[in-house]
Amino acid sequence: MDSVTRHMDLVCPAGSLPALKAAVDNGADAVYLGFRNATNARNFPGLNFDLDEIQQGMAYARQHSVRVLLALNTFPQPAHWSQWTSAVDEAAELGVDAVIMADPGLMRYAARQHPQLRLHLSVQGSATNRHSIRFYYEEFGIKQVVLPRVLSLSQVRQVIVAASPVEVEVFGFGSLCIMVEGRCALSSYVTGESPNTCGVCSPARAVRWEETPRGRQARLNGVLIDRYQHHEAAGYPTLCKGRFRVGDNVFYAMEEPTSLNTLDILPELMKLGVAAVKVEGRQRSPAYVAQVTRVMRAALDACYQDPDNYQPRVDWLAELDKVSEGQSHTLGALHRPWQ
Amino acid sequence: MKLSLGPILYYWPIDQVRAFYTQAKDWPVDIVYLGEVVCSKRRELRLLDWLKIADMLEAAGKEVVLSTLALLEAESELKALQKICDNGDFKVEANDMAAVHLINSRPFVAGPHLNIYNVSSLQLMQETGAIRWVMPVELSAKTLGELQAQRPAGLETEVFAYGHMPLAFSARCFTARAHNVPKDACELRCIEYPVGMPLQTQEDQELFLINGIQLQSGLASNLLGEVDTLRELKVDVLRLSPQLEGMPQIVTAFDAARNGKQSKAIDNLMAAGTEWCNGYWHGEAGMLNVSAVLK
Repeated sequence: MDSVTRHMDLVCPAGSLPALKAAVDNGADAVYLGFRNATNARNFPGLNFDLDEIQQGMAYARQHSVRVLLALNTFPQPAHWSQWTSAVDEAAELGVDAVIMADPGLMRYAARQHPQLRLHLSVQGSATNRHSIRFYYEEFGIKQVVLPRVLSLSQVRQVIVAASPVEVEVFGFGSLCIMVEGRCALSSYVTGESPNTCGVCSPARAVRWEETPRGRQARLNGVLIDRYQHHEAAGYPTLCKGRFRVGDNVFYAMEEPTSLNTLDILPELMKLGVAAVKVEGRQRSPAYVAQVTRVMRAALDACYQDPDNYQPRVDWLAELDKVSEGQSHTLGALHRPWQ
Repeated sequence: MKLSLGPILYYWPIDQVRAFYTQAKDWPVDIVYLGEVVCSKRRELRLLDWLKIADMLEAAGKEVVLSTLALLEAESELKALQKICDNGDFKVEANDMAAVHLINSRPFVAGPHLNIYNVSSLQLMQETGAIRWVMPVELSAKTLGELQAQRPAGLETEVFAYGHMPLAFSARCFTARAHNVPKDACELRCIEYPVGMPLQTQEDQELFLINGIQLQSGLASNLLGEVDTLRELKVDVLRLSPQLEGMPQIVTAFDAARNGKQSKAIDNLMAAGTEWCNGYWHGEAGMLNVSAVLK
């Protein structure tokens, strides 16, 4: 085996206790979850954990030697600052294996108050290069960074070489955010709420569906995001995935609904020294978590055992495409030929 | 209150850029931010060209700050950033923590893309050398007031007061996409769109402006009607984002407003309320014009 190959952790989403169990039962190395409030970037109705549920989840994960990571990855404002610092204090008290954070001020608090607490820089922290990662390392001693989904493979390689001793985590599967995470205010421009400020993107309360003679229309705070003909599957009206007019054309002006899927390049990621592969989707069902975790586990194990002869199995790809947004997949920026 | 000209966010030919700043040196603005913030492939002006413009503006009595990219990925971009940070003459506006790291405790401006949302982040910026910070566009007057109440000593506050707001950055180029070409074959087509490329809903609502890898608000943000509040909140600098047309009138209007004077330019800029927005300032969706709704 190549001397640089290493075991990559499989980090899976847990939007609820059943989803956590699904991830643990199907082979996750770690799960990530959030409190049921605006302290995390998936602050959706019916999702996430109260203190009691986190304790139950942690106990279950620990029984199976699975680590628990707590996402506190929104940007607190002065009026609610203490809610976020309390969340950091609770995370330290609970003894979670790491907190995933984005806000520099909150990391400053955590590093000072709880120096033993392991910090991961969230994808919402927008660290796309080695100098930025170095800043967070020197200021707060971050141990791991989740890279935004905008980097090519060669850029990921450069970051890994230079980021040491900070470990690098990349997204392996799930919905594709095409903007630099943490630097997107499209949602608040239209609805008043964004991932940074409220932990939501295109909030459900602002969504309205209409059946009209021209087709099924999806609106976000009154703004027409898309119009579907009868034969078309309607997707959730996220702003960057709508069909808009630019010049004379109406098209997916930002991105077609599709999912990121890295099954094809797992050996490359492993050889680059990626420490962990993350599955997106705390807003998805326990069935989704179970299915994706099972496939990713099988793929990672196959890749680890024999990276040179690794090939993604047809049934894995079919399984994942079934749960993909838009029922198709892409390597996203990772396959970018330029730079 | 001081007035600043933010960096030119669009890709203009070098002659147009020079002509713009030759005019600007006679405008009543105190601070001018220079440089490319959006895309490293835009090379009409090299650092040396920007520095010449900087010297000209400084000689005219302006404070000059060199702005930097908000999205840094390639080694070549990091090298270019290092050069700007080491220029030795002018302060730098950091739009990524990479710049804060490279500036290495020299005085700098914490730009609008650093995500400064709370007092602890302000303190961090001040500890690392910031002499001024620019509020993220999505924060409200109420939040700004709470930040100003506890702002560290010696840190100036700047607010984006006029122009199409930068809302998002991507590794993809939306201008290239609209032309159905890949980004690596973009041929710098954004130079054909000196005011951005309108993106409308299927009902013709102006939603965003495409500007290469950046998306901006379809409506210009306009805080001219909020100047009294901005003054009460002890905001130090109002940022006006360069527009191709009408910039002298925009500067005249804000200059009059900050000095408490009447001006036809103010009336003109406040008219046409459907063409601008101020929702963020009032804690609402950014695209709304709250005063227009109240009327």
